[in-house]
Amino acid sequence: MASLRHKNSKRIEGLDKNVWVAFTSVAADPSIVNLGQGYPDIPPPSYVKEALARASSVDKMNQYTRGFGHPALVKALSQVYGKVYSQPIDPLKEILVTVGGYGSLFSTMQGLVEEGDEVIIIEPFFDCYVPMVRMAGAKPVLIPLRLKTDKKTNITSADWALDPEELSSKFNSKTKAIIINTPNNPIGKVFTREELQTIADLCIKHDTLCFSDEVYEWLIYKGHHHVKIATLPGMWDRTITISSAGKTFSVTGWKLGWSIGPEHLIKHLQTVMQNTIYTCPTPLQEAVAQGLLRDYNLMGQPECYFTSLAVELEAKRDRMAAILRDVGMSPFVPEGGYFMIVDVTPLDQDLSHMGGDEADDEAYDYKFVKWMIKEKKLAAIPVTAFVGDESRKQFEKYIRLCFIKQESTLDAAEVIFKNWSKDRPI
Amino acid sequence: MTSRRLHARRLEGVDKNIWVDFTQLAADYKAVNLGQGFPDFSPPSYIQEAFCKAVSGGSSMQQYTRAFGHPALVKILAKFFGRIVGREVDALEEILVTVGAYQALFCTFQALVDEGDEVIIVEPFFDCYQPMVMMAGGKPVYVPLRPKAMEGGKVLSSEDWVLSAEELASKVTPRTKAIVINTPNNPLGKVYKTEELQVIADLCIKHDLVCVSDEVYEWLTYDGAKHVKIASLPGMWERTVTIGSAGKTFSATGWKVGWAIGAGRMLKHLKTVHQNSVYHCATAAQEAVAQGFQREYDQFGSPESYFLQLPEMLQHKRRKLASCLESVGLQPILPEGGYFMIADISSVKVELNDLSTQDEPQDYRFVKWLIKEKGLATIPVSAFYSQEHRKDFQNYIRFCFVKEDSTLNAAENILRKWSDGK
Repeated sequence: MASLRHKNSKRIEGLDKNVWVAFTSVAADPSIVNLGQGYPDIPPPSYVKEALARASSVDKMNQYTRGFGHPALVKALSQVYGKVYSQPIDPLKEILVTVGGYGSLFSTMQGLVEEGDEVIIIEPFFDCYVPMVRMAGAKPVLIPLRLKTDKKTNITSADWALDPEELSSKFNSKTKAIIINTPNNPIGKVFTREELQTIADLCIKHDTLCFSDEVYEWLIYKGHHHVKIATLPGMWDRTITISSAGKTFSVTGWKLGWSIGPEHLIKHLQTVMQNTIYTCPTPLQEAVAQGLLRDYNLMGQPECYFTSLAVELEAKRDRMAAILRDVGMSPFVPEGGYFMIVDVTPLDQDLSHMGGDEADDEAYDYKFVKWMIKEKKLAAIPVTAFVGDESRKQFEKYIRLCFIKQESTLDAAEVIFKNWSKDRPI
Repeated sequence: MTSRRLHARRLEGVDKNIWVDFTQLAADYKAVNLGQGFPDFSPPSYIQEAFCKAVSGGSSMQQYTRAFGHPALVKILAKFFGRIVGREVDALEEILVTVGAYQALFCTFQALVDEGDEVIIVEPFFDCYQPMVMMAGGKPVYVPLRPKAMEGGKVLSSEDWVLSAEELASKVTPRTKAIVINTPNNPLGKVYKTEELQVIADLCIKHDLVCVSDEVYEWLTYDGAKHVKIASLPGMWERTVTIGSAGKTFSATGWKVGWAIGAGRMLKHLKTVHQNSVYHCATAAQEAVAQGFQREYDQFGSPESYFLQLPEMLQHKRRKLASCLESVGLQPILPEGGYFMIADISSVKVELNDLSTQDEPQDYRFVKWLIKEKGLATIPVSAFYSQEHRKDFQNYIRFCFVKEDSTLNAAENILRKWSDGK
């Protein structure tokens, strides 16, 4: 008996579809080389796993801890970020520990965004921003990064930029916040100080909040520098900065993250937390605290994981880029993060044979990725998953590849690409 | 900084929280803590070992698992609970794993409650139901359990607190969407009998309501009381979301693994909330809970089952605490289940001189006095009542007895000294 009364609430109307639902079942198939979903297949540093094993053997660590963040963890975060921000960060009032960076995004939206608000989102965007804004009852206002070069080779994520006038035109009296993501997923762009200043100027002018997703903050490659928008003048008071233990320590399955910001904003995220999850798992928080302290003491040195992981990934980035160039493609070499996007047009793959009702309206990149999974046993993610409908045409020639993978995975990808280019001379 | 209101309206009225206040107070005064509900003894060793094993496992244990629930966990939960409710439970469609039962409650209200919907909450209630309903735009409607008029005037057991079927029925309006029940109940410890659940079920079926059944203490029943799942009553599976907790099941509240079980048609909406809020739950903890349930599935009903050992251990502690409270003039209501016992403080004559609490309800004042003056932490029961009914239930305080004997002994010493000194 299908009761209409048991149907979904309005707030989640239309939010059930999701690119991951479509593509993660792929991950389960061992015959497919998976450069799709963003998680490492390299092991996390051993000291972090050891810290967890130690924590779980302590009785107290198996019971509830402080709701807004385990004391040892918020203290460690206060130390690390106090140094990074060059200002004291209050562990109890200016930090909230959440279920992953995802949980921080959700607490931020639910705490600070509501019906009648507009939230500016830069395309391409980590796909959850739009549904979270909509679930909060607000209107997403999209603005794409645009390719600023005609170069066909030696292109990087830096060649993508916002048009300042276009950005300015998106702000109005209803704009509650702008979401930025630096380093950006999927492009890997690391916003420069000047670019962030342009955004900051607009936030200050229009009295807008800034939600800065910086989960890849430590994965910055040579020649580039991660700038926290919250450190620009006038921005601390209006910015929530979001980070992730999963991305920091290569333990995405731990699902711990944190929001840092001024007390008058963080307190609202804390209210959301106390009415949604209440507290995050204790032993995991204890282990992350230990990991952070170890790396805090090594900060700036090559042994610091924040540095060594970036060095390790830079080599993989360069290898991935070389593999793609060898087969005639021009990847946008990312300045940060662990993704790379590439234009697949040079492969000249005819997909008109891919029929079926939903396929007709499907973007080229979706069709391409599905075909590539089936025919080439290689998985990636279509970049239009990260943009709104209006930008589809601009982005449907790109696919996203994740390179935080073991060498054997990259070897397997290389073989696939080499064979592919043999099949069709480029 | 800004003239505009920063916070979203959905946070209005849900910012206060008794735990934040009372746990801080207990810590400040280093009180013997029978307040917040968590064990101060360790989880069973086999489950701690399972967690260690999961943590040291291969790289897949450290990365994202299936968003709606780690495959090994949902499979064993389906098997385990399917056997209990007597039906095939679909692991992928009918189960959602959440960050504690708390998040399962959140997903349920966000998924099914719209602005203006009414949700009936049976009092006394675990305090989060109210703000969660409000945050979803719903209107909580309260119906209290009331102590039956007893011969001799003494209400001795949680069994004697009952719902009036007429009063319950009178709370239903065309806007009623759901009813929330908690069995065994926190704070009272009531374990609803089949007949009592049938009254609620009849109402749900008649008015096409959703039933949210919080059963986190499902294994903790005493003196032969039987836990009954309302979802197993005829006509109820399709309209009930049943919520459980690994934290309470395995005495590992800090792991924050919970679940919602129910018909796929409803669960899919909880999944939508989940995928837009936290998306994944921690992998290793889910793997360990899966191992725990596998072992319990195999040991079910045998003396080695933790689900028999824990209630047996707690039964003694419960009796011990009850005797102690009686001996000092507090009147305990013996709980049929759960972690907690409430005691009537009406006959206590104490000078509550603390001016800082003078506008607060009587039980709040007494609890704070007990923490500050005697170093014993408890929780005031009126915190589990609606504003409108709070004044009628100001004479009870709640004790958690899921504590090491040393903690209970320390509490006993404090109470004896106080009683002797009177």
